Amino acid sequence: MNDAVFDVETKLGQPWKKPPFVQRAWLRWALLLGLIAYLIAAYMTIDVNWSRVYEGLERGKKFVLAFANPDFTTRSSDIWEGMLESILMTVASSVVGIIISIPVALGAARNVAPLPIYLICRGIIAISRALQEIIVAILLVAIFGFGPLAGFLTLSFATIGFLSKLLAEDIESMDKVQAEAIKASGARWTQWINYGVQPQVMPRLIGLSIYRIDINFRESAILGLVGAGGIGATLNTAFDRYEYDTAAAILLIIIVIVMALEYLSGVIRARVQ
Amino acid sequence: MLRLEKLVKTYKTGDQALKAVDIDIPEGQVLALIGPSGAGKSTLIRCINRLVEPTSGKVYLGDVELTELSSGALRRERRRMGMIFQEYALVERLTVMENVLSGRLGYVGFWRSFLRRFPQSDVDEAFRLLDRVGLAHMADKRADELSGGQRQRVGICRALIQDPALLLVDEPTASLDPKTSRQIMRLICELCKERGLAAIINIHDVALAQMFVQRVIGLRFGAVEFDGPPEGLTPDVLTTIYGEEDWEATIEKVDDDDAMAAE
Amino acid sequence: MPVREANNLKIWQRRSGRESLFHWVLWLIGIAIFAYCWQQISKSTTWFFVWDAPRIANDIWTRATPPKWEYITQLGKPIWDTLNIATLGTIIAVILAVPVAFLAAQNTTPSRFFIRPIALLIIVSTRSINSLIWALLLIAIIGPGVFAGVIAIAIRSIGFCAKLLYEAIEEIDQTQVEAITATGASRWQIMAYGIVPQIMPAFAGISVFRWDINIRESTVLGLVGAGGIGLQLSSSLNVLAWPQVSLILLVILAAVVISEWVSAKVRGAII
Repeated sequence: MNDAVFDVETKLGQPWKKPPFVQRAWLRWALLLGLIAYLIAAYMTIDVNWSRVYEGLERGKKFVLAFANPDFTTRSSDIWEGMLESILMTVASSVVGIIISIPVALGAARNVAPLPIYLICRGIIAISRALQEIIVAILLVAIFGFGPLAGFLTLSFATIGFLSKLLAEDIESMDKVQAEAIKASGARWTQWINYGVQPQVMPRLIGLSIYRIDINFRESAILGLVGAGGIGATLNTAFDRYEYDTAAAILLIIIVIVMALEYLSGVIRARVQ
Repeated sequence: MLRLEKLVKTYKTGDQALKAVDIDIPEGQVLALIGPSGAGKSTLIRCINRLVEPTSGKVYLGDVELTELSSGALRRERRRMGMIFQEYALVERLTVMENVLSGRLGYVGFWRSFLRRFPQSDVDEAFRLLDRVGLAHMADKRADELSGGQRQRVGICRALIQDPALLLVDEPTASLDPKTSRQIMRLICELCKERGLAAIINIHDVALAQMFVQRVIGLRFGAVEFDGPPEGLTPDVLTTIYGEEDWEATIEKVDDDDAMAAE
Repeated sequence: MPVREANNLKIWQRRSGRESLFHWVLWLIGIAIFAYCWQQISKSTTWFFVWDAPRIANDIWTRATPPKWEYITQLGKPIWDTLNIATLGTIIAVILAVPVAFLAAQNTTPSRFFIRPIALLIIVSTRSINSLIWALLLIAIIGPGVFAGVIAIAIRSIGFCAKLLYEAIEEIDQTQVEAITATGASRWQIMAYGIVPQIMPAFAGISVFRWDINIRESTVLGLVGAGGIGLQLSSSLNVLAWPQVSLILLVILAAVVISEWVSAKVRGAII
């Protein structure tokens, strides 16, 4: 107790400061200086053509105004075809992607699959996740030619990486006891998966699948930029021709569909869980 | 000192939490508010400093009527009412010192508080208070590193540094073990006596209330059922407050507690 | 009832007759939709190219290997640009996302019926449009270059960061805010003492997470002319310089892996 009293007497009249977030002073200063140096260096190397930007503000204003007055009609057939193609790609790739990702996910779950299969499946997932959609699309367009097939394959491939990884994590963290009880009843491997594993991961599978459909639709909107089909090509043309009202119309459609999908996924996920 | 007149609170759901409550508390009196869960104890305390807006009725703190105040004036009056919470309600990611100093927020401007540049007198007072509750050496620890009892002590310091005239104490011991509960209750009552503060203490532990306070108010369904000294809490009274139950055991327990406290 | 009686025997079924019919119809509709989609896709596909695909893939592979290693000397500046697009874009986005998040969160919004819907609209619209499309748009408006990339990444990230942040704000412990309110603190002081400390970890985590994603996205922004390593990729593809393409892809892969590692480390250190 004496210690504490002494302690306080020394503190009284002394200014108090919040202890710094980074304890070591040299590290704190090094981080701060490093950050400032980086920001300066980054700012110096970005050459912004301010006069061009200033000119652009006028166009920007036009674009913002175009949102108030979007033009759905002038290129309605292009928009319709592009949208339809995007939706077709989304549906087909989601179906195929989900169907393939289920066995891959089983293979990538360490508590279900033997080691060699585990490694192969994890490899597939790693490759799929590391390569971005747009790059895969470029390569597939080079191989399969222009058109929605390349887009479909791209999205299916991306779906596998996304869904398998999350699903495999879910399988790995499932309740062991339930699965063991099924095994104990003398079930075969397929039966064990069907009765012991599937019921546990099903809600999550449905939730993730819907989420992925949402992502696939958004991605399908850009694949057209590299010739892999969908609304992206129409959008690109609209920007190239400075047809902001048509571009605004397309963007509005995308936003509305994404919102609808998000709402739908919320409803379905709430029902499944 | 504090006077409640016909205080009513009706929630949007239609639940009437308080039905025209009248209470008058003189300077320096420590009062325990008992009653079953849902009797409106918490609502009553929160209606006083308007964390919950009362539906009708009047609250006088000294000569000032609180329910009609503008938000600026309310903030000034809130400085005179320190509040202590059930789950301590410390800002867990701030240090103990910052938590104590946050009691001075009503007195310093935004930028001073944002830059943590409190007046020296505040810092000194914070250290004195922390020392009083035996935590001065913990000043720079983060609040979530503390144990429950220690956190509640910090919560007490935060309320006292406001230099209040009244303490509003909401279930100070609900999340503490029995021994710490008693220490905390004793500390609160001692501090009230030292500084001549009035206090309203919500408490569900009747025995604990009887040990420390001068006056008990029993609340049931938002209405005052009992108002008197702790000795007046007979089994009959407790039955009217809490409903039918074997009260002899509780009262015996009180005797045990007193015996233990006396030892 | 899943139990049916036939010939005095009780036969257990998983679903009743009508239920199982309903399920079958659903499956049929699903399959029909998929078949239609597939048919449409295959109609707009030149199958000749597809049958030729293995040969072409093989051809590209032989051309692309080995990567042209010495080309890496010319990639320094593009990599630096890519890093800048991602980092500056994230910083701008995070700064803008904070007020949007506070306006969108149920418990901090100043007006639930007027300002909150606007904030939510900002979040949804910036989030649902890919950064490549934002880049395309900005290039049409302010011209090609790194700056357009930075702004594109920033806009795209506002919605993402603001959404996660406002969810974090809605999940804070309200009693801590109450306690600060009870001391007589002003609105801004309640924000600084009651709310900000509680969302700090979420805020840091979200920023780093989004930075990681932005590194990925900024590597391809150059495809539409918004600067960074994607610009090199696009020009190499245009002249069919496959050895350069393969090197660039390797560099992008490395960047993605490194950024993921950094973000995992930093998040681990914060939490």
